[in-house]
Amino acid sequence: MKRGLLFGAAPLALLLAAPALAQSIAITHAKLVIGDGNGPIGDATVLIQGGKVVAAGASVVVPAGVRTIDAGGRWVTPGLVVAVTDLGLVDVGAVDDSNDSAADKSLFSAALDVSAAINPDDLPIQVSRAGGVTRAAVAPLGTTSIFGGQGAIIDLGADPDAVTVPRAFQYVELGETGARRAGGSRAATYAVLFNALAEAKELTLAPAGPRRDDVLLTRRDAAALVPVVTGKQPLYVHVERASDIRMVLSLKREFPLLQLVIVGAAEGWMVAGELAKSGVPVLATPLTDLPNSFEQLGSTQSNVGRMKAAGVKVSLGDFGDQPRYAPQYAGTLVGLAKVPGASGLTWGQAFAAISSGPAEALGMGDRFGSLRPGRAGDVVIWDGDPLEVSSGVVRVFIDGTEQPLTNHQTRLRDRYSNPGEGDLPKAYEW
Amino acid sequence: MNGRVKAPRLARGAALALVLTAIGGTGLAKDKKDDSPAVLAARDFDKNPYPSTYRAYPGVPTLIVGATVFDGEGGRIEKGQVLIRDGKIAAVAGPLADMDLPADVVRIDGTGKFVTPGIIDIHSHLGVYPSPSVEANSDGNEATAPTTPDVWAEHSVWPQDPGFSRAMANGGITTLEILPGSANLIGGRSVVLKNVYSRTVQGMKFPGAPYGLKMACGENPKRVYGSKGRMPSTRMGNFAVDRATWIKAREYRAKRDAGKLETRDLAMETLAGVLDGTILVQNHCYRADEMALVLDMAKEFGYHVSAFHHAVEAYKIGDLLKASDTCAAIWSDWWGFKMEAYDGIPENAGLLYKAGSCVVIHSDDENGIQRLNQEAAKAQGDARRIGIDIPDAQVIKWLTFNGAKAIGIDKFTGSLTPGKMGDVVLWNGNPLSVYSRPEKVWVDGALLFDSSNRKRRAVSDFELGQPGEGDVK
Repeated sequence: MKRGLLFGAAPLALLLAAPALAQSIAITHAKLVIGDGNGPIGDATVLIQGGKVVAAGASVVVPAGVRTIDAGGRWVTPGLVVAVTDLGLVDVGAVDDSNDSAADKSLFSAALDVSAAINPDDLPIQVSRAGGVTRAAVAPLGTTSIFGGQGAIIDLGADPDAVTVPRAFQYVELGETGARRAGGSRAATYAVLFNALAEAKELTLAPAGPRRDDVLLTRRDAAALVPVVTGKQPLYVHVERASDIRMVLSLKREFPLLQLVIVGAAEGWMVAGELAKSGVPVLATPLTDLPNSFEQLGSTQSNVGRMKAAGVKVSLGDFGDQPRYAPQYAGTLVGLAKVPGASGLTWGQAFAAISSGPAEALGMGDRFGSLRPGRAGDVVIWDGDPLEVSSGVVRVFIDGTEQPLTNHQTRLRDRYSNPGEGDLPKAYEW
Repeated sequence: MNGRVKAPRLARGAALALVLTAIGGTGLAKDKKDDSPAVLAARDFDKNPYPSTYRAYPGVPTLIVGATVFDGEGGRIEKGQVLIRDGKIAAVAGPLADMDLPADVVRIDGTGKFVTPGIIDIHSHLGVYPSPSVEANSDGNEATAPTTPDVWAEHSVWPQDPGFSRAMANGGITTLEILPGSANLIGGRSVVLKNVYSRTVQGMKFPGAPYGLKMACGENPKRVYGSKGRMPSTRMGNFAVDRATWIKAREYRAKRDAGKLETRDLAMETLAGVLDGTILVQNHCYRADEMALVLDMAKEFGYHVSAFHHAVEAYKIGDLLKASDTCAAIWSDWWGFKMEAYDGIPENAGLLYKAGSCVVIHSDDENGIQRLNQEAAKAQGDARRIGIDIPDAQVIKWLTFNGAKAIGIDKFTGSLTPGKMGDVVLWNGNPLSVYSRPEKVWVDGALLFDSSNRKRRAVSDFELGQPGEGDVK
């Protein structure tokens, strides 16, 4: 059913090929962050073999013959995981022809498969990689419907195989944006949603058979929602308002198999108890603290900290077009903890909120996002505390393969480090 | 500053002359010159018709001791003493200096903490694009004509924007310049505000601050008007419209100076103010080549560009900016969102600093304004990685003195110089760390934010009775 939707799917073998090229390496004398919520371990080692983490900690023995990189006491962490970005879909946001993030003239919505549009060579991927981002969840497409299509999980390696998991989740707008698209009211949003899920359910009964003659969805859109309604594909729901979050949680009564993930959740702190009880993961926009719309009147930077304290599975996500800002936002939440009356995160929680946390929300916690054994060899070496704004990335590995960190920006930097013209115009300096 | 000439005396014309002409129907009034003081006064329009009513709130004499002090002009004092008194910076000194202290002085232990001047954002749209950002509140671009020098941002500012409080609590912002947007080549007058809530915008206006003129080059004006099928639709169209407007402004000013104006013209009054040097040009411009052209246009017509805003390519022309004494107001590393931002690099500020040109870190954003200190620290780190070491105290200057200079208020605020306004932030750690926050903020010596006192946290009218009223933000 998932095969041959609107766009062709990449062959599975290709998707799994990347680790074959990976080397075995050990990074020693590291201030090592596992990404599991704990702080750093001093003078530790991470050992990667066959592209995967084999061991990480203070007493790791490096087998003979394994290439060793001495971190010299520098911070070493898992690569950053950024959930819900437009990475790979956009060269330049305001240049429409280079921007595949909107499909608002498409006849399809839920059927749209983001993975077909991913460009592993685009500059935002290169710049984000140089900022330590190694994995991302890409979604949604701006459509005319409440459904934003099927998101993809990608790695940011400098190779053609960006897509780790295509059609990893479906995305739906159920707040103000959803209301606007559904016809102008949240009441319309839910009518559209329930109808769509019902049409998908009907398809599960007779996948190839004739459909009722009053269906609203195209067959492809309805088919794309079958894995959602059967619980095989997570449904990412963007909502901000407390009452919208409650409404989303109540969807499980009608559709018990739904695997929900909530995105945004500016007023999540107001329903933190219910969220915690539901076990639904939340990808919260990190620093929203203004009543930018009427669905986020209760915004506060303490949102994430309060949800965390209440036991919500919360991590950071959904912060637009600059994924390399993830550590800055996480670090800001650590600083917030010092403000009287505010709720922030510990350092370990904050780093987990941009690594293992989003990976787990994506259902990928056993694949990447931390340096626990068995996870992908996605490792970043930093020149300082990775959450500190003045720190930078020194080296990046994805699936154990060292990544190039040069790009358009670094080339411009090098060309203009001495801005004056020499014997020839600048254009000859390259 | 910058050798700008003072405004020559004045414009005449005004409504009175128009009325006379209309009644007489002979054009007689035009030629008859009556320079008697009474007539001059009658013709002289009010150049400050919406005057500031801001008054400093009461403060107590306050001495901060033991903190690391960044004075805003590149100076750093370990375990310094900062005395705020009568709303002013009274003294700044090292730990051993004898201070002349009033009996009722409040002493604050700043050990392990940091003091800076109040942070200044010279590019904000708070109030004109407030929260909630709904259409009804969207008052930042008069996008109905490519040049609108006649509009004034202060007539759009909503003083109840919740954003002002976040800017102070999280960003230590005490002064900000509110600009019209960049849809237009000439967007209108800016207004400089103290970051102090008031019932009226006049109650926020920074006393004595000059006006600015927002100009824009590049993509925005040509897109907005080109898409309406009118000029400009190209960059050359941008310049043609600008130049035609400056030609008119020069003619107007000459007529004004000759006492030959017959009527007031709001647009021309503002442009003449720029030519006089009393209104400072704040020019949105991304690309290096366009900035170089704008500098020549400024020479052509006899004005000065105070700062290029969003100057993501400024690093390519640091020498030109230095020579023209024009600041580059920039983000640290925001990049790539539009074509003219494609060549942005995180080392922009560092390379400009190395070239000796004036760096200002700005926000253009209701969230970014809460973290200008972090943005500056990012730029510092990126500079360090290419071998440009910039002391913390110099980086703080990008957020304080340089901004004050760019908007013409450096004699009032922007550094901890005795006699300047008591605009001060006490940070709970080095402001160039992501982990640090303002602990206390004084504006003109009045304590208007205190992280340990809920009631010293401003709540705008809009947020009363709403979820999270008075919450930490």
